[in-house]
This record gives sequence, structure tokens and C-alpha cells, in this order.
Amino acid sequence: MVQPLGYLKESPSQTAGPYVHIGCTPNFTGVHGIFDKDLGSGSMINEQTRGERITIRGRVIDGSGTPLRDALVEIWQADADGFYNSPSETRGEADPNFFGWARCPGDMDTGEFVFETIKPGRVPFRDGRMMAPHVNFWLVARGINIGLNTRMYFSDEEEANAQDPILARIEHKVRVPTLIGKRDGDTVTFDIHLQGDKETIFFDV
Amino acid sequence: MRNAPPETTPFFARDRDMHPPAYTPWYKTTVLRSPQRALISLEGTKSEITGPVFGHNIINEFDNDLIVNYSKPGDGPIGQRILVHGRVLDERGIGVAGALVEFWQANAGGRYRHKKETYLAPLDPNFGGVGRTITDENGFYWFKTIKPGPYPWPNGVNDWRPAHIHFSIFGHGFAQRLITQMYFEGDPLIWICPIVKTIPDEEAIKRLIAPLDMNATIPHDMRAYKFDIVLRGRRSTLFENRMEGN
Repeated sequence: MVQPLGYLKESPSQTAGPYVHIGCTPNFTGVHGIFDKDLGSGSMINEQTRGERITIRGRVIDGSGTPLRDALVEIWQADADGFYNSPSETRGEADPNFFGWARCPGDMDTGEFVFETIKPGRVPFRDGRMMAPHVNFWLVARGINIGLNTRMYFSDEEEANAQDPILARIEHKVRVPTLIGKRDGDTVTFDIHLQGDKETIFFDV
Repeated sequence: MRNAPPETTPFFARDRDMHPPAYTPWYKTTVLRSPQRALISLEGTKSEITGPVFGHNIINEFDNDLIVNYSKPGDGPIGQRILVHGRVLDERGIGVAGALVEFWQANAGGRYRHKKETYLAPLDPNFGGVGRTITDENGFYWFKTIKPGPYPWPNGVNDWRPAHIHFSIFGHGFAQRLITQMYFEGDPLIWICPIVKTIPDEEAIKRLIAPLDMNATIPHDMRAYKFDIVLRGRRSTLFENRMEGN
């Protein structure tokens, strides 16, 4: 026998279930009067926020092509200069007018989620190479046993995307487009496919 | 928050043999909602080791008291009054300070206050079923509520969820993000629930079952259940950070 390592084990995940909105966006589901506003709802920017304004729109789509109408999507991104508004950000001070995190439930009819944000700056990979601008996604829903992590890159950043160390390690290049949000004017469209031919790349982060 | 420099290292790898896999066909909704291709592994970059941290200013006085936060003054919900308390720890056993914990649940009869819920058990006019809190400097949290009832759900012909409370937890990095469910000691429905049984490891299931905690019970008022939540640990940088731990 050897000494026990003594680590605890992470609590196992369970599905967020169909009523995740009660806990995470109660006003959205009609439970008013407990929280003034739903955490992470509304625009992510104010007049002082630095950076280029964009709107991210998308849906989470199941293996039959049906949009989920009960998904909850969260995003986490850097500010316009590539700094995260987090105590673990050591390179510098992030834009005080940009929190960087938001949460949006899919529309109960169409399944669409919408984020009004700014385009993030580039953030260095661990070896110092710069990653291409990206937004981190985490999503949960009924039927999803553990939250899924993915990233959205931008279609108007071809050169940066070509140098991105994360995209570079994806062996099946045919799958890379599943991570690219399509930019049209100020709108970036990013549909997330859970399963099938168009299945989005998900990461074990 | 702990009076220590923020940690900037990557997290321990997630043990996915203990977590539920995506595809668990006995929980039917997973069939079309489970990715079929392998996850691509990322060692933690800045994007994953950072995460939003919420200030106590988002919390109102009764956000962690579900007995009063939706109640008419002088009234209260029907059900077993309970205190739920515990710690948010990481895998090193260190309390996670400043962790946002959100929770939601059905009422005593198993009915959720949600537009799409149609179970015939009635709503309780004095129960909303949602709360939140932020852990203290040692990772402790607590809230008051009523014990939720089991409810039937359209999966198998006669499937019933055990009594449970949903939890959503933010640690200090986006890679620690976790949603899970707390079950109650002694509930026979736990071991026949298809959602519980998505977890392949019986020991892992036990870590989601809160024991009755008579020491924390408030005499003549409410019983107590203790529920500790463990988030992923994080590597220390030797020589740069503290030496204990790892």
C-alpha cells in the first residue's frame, strides 16, 4: 500500500433539466419578484465599453435538425484588447465597462439565443502564440448530462484563424467550419449542432 | 475572498469516467442531444482558467431564503422546512470563496413554477422555488427552503424523479462551471431514477446524496441537510505559488 493521495473528487454533473430557467433566468419563465433582473441578461455593453459592437445569434440544434427550445447558453470572452475581467487575469486590467460573461435562454418558440457584445481581442495561448479572436460557449439543457464547451471564431478573421493553435490541432479539418461564426455586417450567426453530419466540435477543457 | 494572490494555473483534468457520458438512452432525451464524436482535449488556456466572479452586491437579503422570497407577508409555503448547508470545495479540499451558487426546485407537491410544467399537483402561492447565494471566505453557503416533492416525468411509462434540488455553481474559472442535482438521504427513488443512473459510478452517485444533519437542525423550526460540492482542483505552480497542496 502507498499513502492515499487525499484528493477529493469533483461532484458529478447532472442535466440542468427542462426547468433550468426557474433557477437561472426566473423572470424569463414568469417567476417575477425574486430577482430584479435575470443574471447575465440584456446587453453586455454600455456607452463606455471599448470595441466593435456585434450581435451574436444562433440556435442549438439536435440530431434530428430540431432547434432546442429549452437550452441555456452562456458565453465568456475577452475585452476588445484581449483581457479577461477575472481575478486570474494577470497580464493587465480588463475594460471596467465589460464584464465578459452573459447568459441567454433559447427562445421558447424558435430556440434562438442573442448576445449583444463586442468583438474580443486576441488572447495568447500558453506558449505565447496568439489565439484568434474567439468567444467561449458553455451550454446546458434537458437531455445534456454534462455542460458542453465550445468556441466561436469569426469568419472575417481568416488569417488569424489560420494561425490559431487550437484550430491547428484539429485533425479533421473538415470540422473546423463548425466553430466559425458567420459574420454579416454587425451580426455573427453561430448555430450549434449537437449531433450528426454538421456536429459542432466540443472541447474537454 | 481569500486574502491570497489569485491562482492562474490550469485545472486538473476532468474525470469523465465518473461523470455521466453524453449518450444514456435510458434517459431518452439524451439520444438526439448527445454528441457522437469525441471531445477535443484542450489544456487550459487563459480562456478556460479565467472566469466571471460575482460580487456580493448582486445578492438581495432574502435570495437564500425560499421560505420568504416569494411569500406574501405573514404567510409561507406548505412543506417540510429545511436548511441546506455545506461548502464549495475544490479537489484539493480548499474552500472556494466567493463562489456563486444558484438553486431551483419544485414545491412540496413536486410542482415547478414554470410555464411549460403541466403536472396536476397544484402550485403553492407562497413558493417560487429559486434562490442564490455566494460562499463566504471559507467556501460555506446555506439556504432555507421546503423539501421538494418527487414528480412524474414523461420518460418511461412510470418514471418518477426523486426529491431533488438543482444546483448551478461558478468557481473561479470557466472550466469549473458545473450544474448538478442534490438528492436526499434515504429516498428509495434515487436508485431507480434514469437521470441518476446516467452516472456510471455508484460512489459518485453517493456524493450527490445529502445526509440529514441533526447538528445543524434548528429545534422546533427546521431540519437540516448537508451538501458539499466539489469543483475541479487547480494545479499550483511550484516555487511561484505556495508549496503545499501539489
